[in-house]
Amino acid sequence: MSVRSTLERCRPIVEHPTLRTLARNRAAVAGAVVVAGLAVLAAVGPVLSPYDPTAQDLANRLRSPSLAHPLGTDQLGRDVATRLAAGARVSLGIALLVTGIRLALGVSVGLVAGYVGGWVDEVLMRVVDVLLAFPGIVLALVVAGVAGPSLRNLVLALAAVGWTTYARVVRSSVLEVRERAFVKASRLTGAPRRRVIRRHVLPTVAGPVVVLATLDLGGVILATAGLSFLGLGAQPPAPEWGTMLATGRHHLRDATWLVNAPGLAIVCAVLGANLLGDGVRDALDPEGEIERKSGGRRR
Amino acid sequence: MFPLRRLSSTVVVLLGVTILTYGLIFLTPGDPATVVLQEQLGHQPSEQSVRDFRAEQGLDDPVPVQYANWLADVLRGDLGDSYYGDGPVLELLVDHLPQTLALAGASILVAICVALPAGIASACYRGTRIDYASQLIALLGVSTPNFWLGYLLIIVGALRLGLFPVAGAGSLPQLVLPAITLGTGMAAVLTRLVRSSLLEVLAEPFVDGARARGVPERAVVVVHALRTALLPVVTMIGLQLGYVLGGAVVVEVVFQRPGLGTLLVDAVFARDYPVVQGVTLLVGTLFVAVNLLTDLVYRRLDPRVSIGGVGT
Repeated sequence: MSVRSTLERCRPIVEHPTLRTLARNRAAVAGAVVVAGLAVLAAVGPVLSPYDPTAQDLANRLRSPSLAHPLGTDQLGRDVATRLAAGARVSLGIALLVTGIRLALGVSVGLVAGYVGGWVDEVLMRVVDVLLAFPGIVLALVVAGVAGPSLRNLVLALAAVGWTTYARVVRSSVLEVRERAFVKASRLTGAPRRRVIRRHVLPTVAGPVVVLATLDLGGVILATAGLSFLGLGAQPPAPEWGTMLATGRHHLRDATWLVNAPGLAIVCAVLGANLLGDGVRDALDPEGEIERKSGGRRR
Repeated sequence: MFPLRRLSSTVVVLLGVTILTYGLIFLTPGDPATVVLQEQLGHQPSEQSVRDFRAEQGLDDPVPVQYANWLADVLRGDLGDSYYGDGPVLELLVDHLPQTLALAGASILVAICVALPAGIASACYRGTRIDYASQLIALLGVSTPNFWLGYLLIIVGALRLGLFPVAGAGSLPQLVLPAITLGTGMAAVLTRLVRSSLLEVLAEPFVDGARARGVPERAVVVVHALRTALLPVVTMIGLQLGYVLGGAVVVEVVFQRPGLGTLLVDAVFARDYPVVQGVTLLVGTLFVAVNLLTDLVYRRLDPRVSIGGVGT
């Protein structure tokens, strides 16, 4: 396939009205640039840096920022800038993974609840109610902690407590769609359930789900860093922003950069994700319908 | 008359909360009895002591029986004892709850004191620099992790300026930095809500009516519009309690305050399951109760909500 025809194929996506709306929103573009910048940093930073993120250099411990170490070194002489870039891999990777699992789980539950209905729906929605009866971070903390501190359990815990919004929104979209004439007609012609879902239901829930996922990203980055800070999730010497901040707090008097560098990195990532999320919502859902369907309880 | 349906669904949710709380213990890798005894003794426990411990804690019964026994005890107010001899769980909760409530209350106060003026200014000067500045600060507020904000405040307010103590709990000065830390995120959310709610109300005909009657603009905003605009804000403050309880965990660790959060984190790492269950159950119940209360208050305040209409 020639380059030209590939470009031609991309045209409907690039010129899609939603993307145009998004491109006109300066805040959203700024957010996208920040997130993309962090992704680039995560990809090339550790490769380009002359330092190893976990290599100790005890002769150079707690050095303040200089030309050789732009963000200083930590209590074991490791280069903070290199560790931040390596930490971006962990933070962004985990955020994408958790959001992906939440999305898959929530969409499945929402589809089943909305489409099957009856007692199945009733049970699933009570499960959602029970999960929403806890502050998400507390439940994730307890689940990850009892299962044992590790990055894998952190991902599973955050995913297990956070899929409810997706399920609610998808369920209520399904209930709406299945009453529409063309879907009823499709069912009457004997189209199998799976086909009706794929052809008619999934396309209508795609937009809301994309909005929810981008709005979710910032919160997941915050929660990951917070739980890692408490000692769940990434374990030292792994370079993770929350873990770095937790070890840096023992040097508040003599090495403030150990706390401030990862702190600023988290703020940048979350701010970028939130700006992008707000922009995507404004472009795809100007009426605030998704918020209504999710029961108005985000966070 | 409060709809029975809302109450009965609350009971169902509370029952689910107890099932989830009890079920937590099955997430633990390995046999809980062995793990706990090993922590207590400091060495591998003998088979006999594991068997005794299992019998004593009722761990040999079928799971539904264990759950039923546990629930019956909980309803009688018996949450069990800490595995590490720290006494009955209920006493631990009663000891630690006041510190967390004080922190939650103080940070909600901080949030309201910041969000009301900021939100009103933002709405009244819509589209000006004041509005953009307040929105940008609100965005920064929701994006800043409260553990980092806590250390920033410690570095500046305690170590550099020496205005407040670094950590601890019990006195009012020790409450200031944690309350600001926890209140900031909530202030940001509330500022956005006050702004959008007030803008919505200011566009309604009764506000124009007040203006046409010659009511001064300041009174139009403060007396007429604000009263209606604050309705969703009241609801949001209730819903934000969950966020406050969650954030309190981290903030208490940062400032080393002996509250429910530090109790929970310590118990999680020590595998002190009765304490973990106790805190989880208390937090869930508190959250459900506050949501019910918020719903009730909202129905009272807003005559537009028909009975049995919203919230199902």
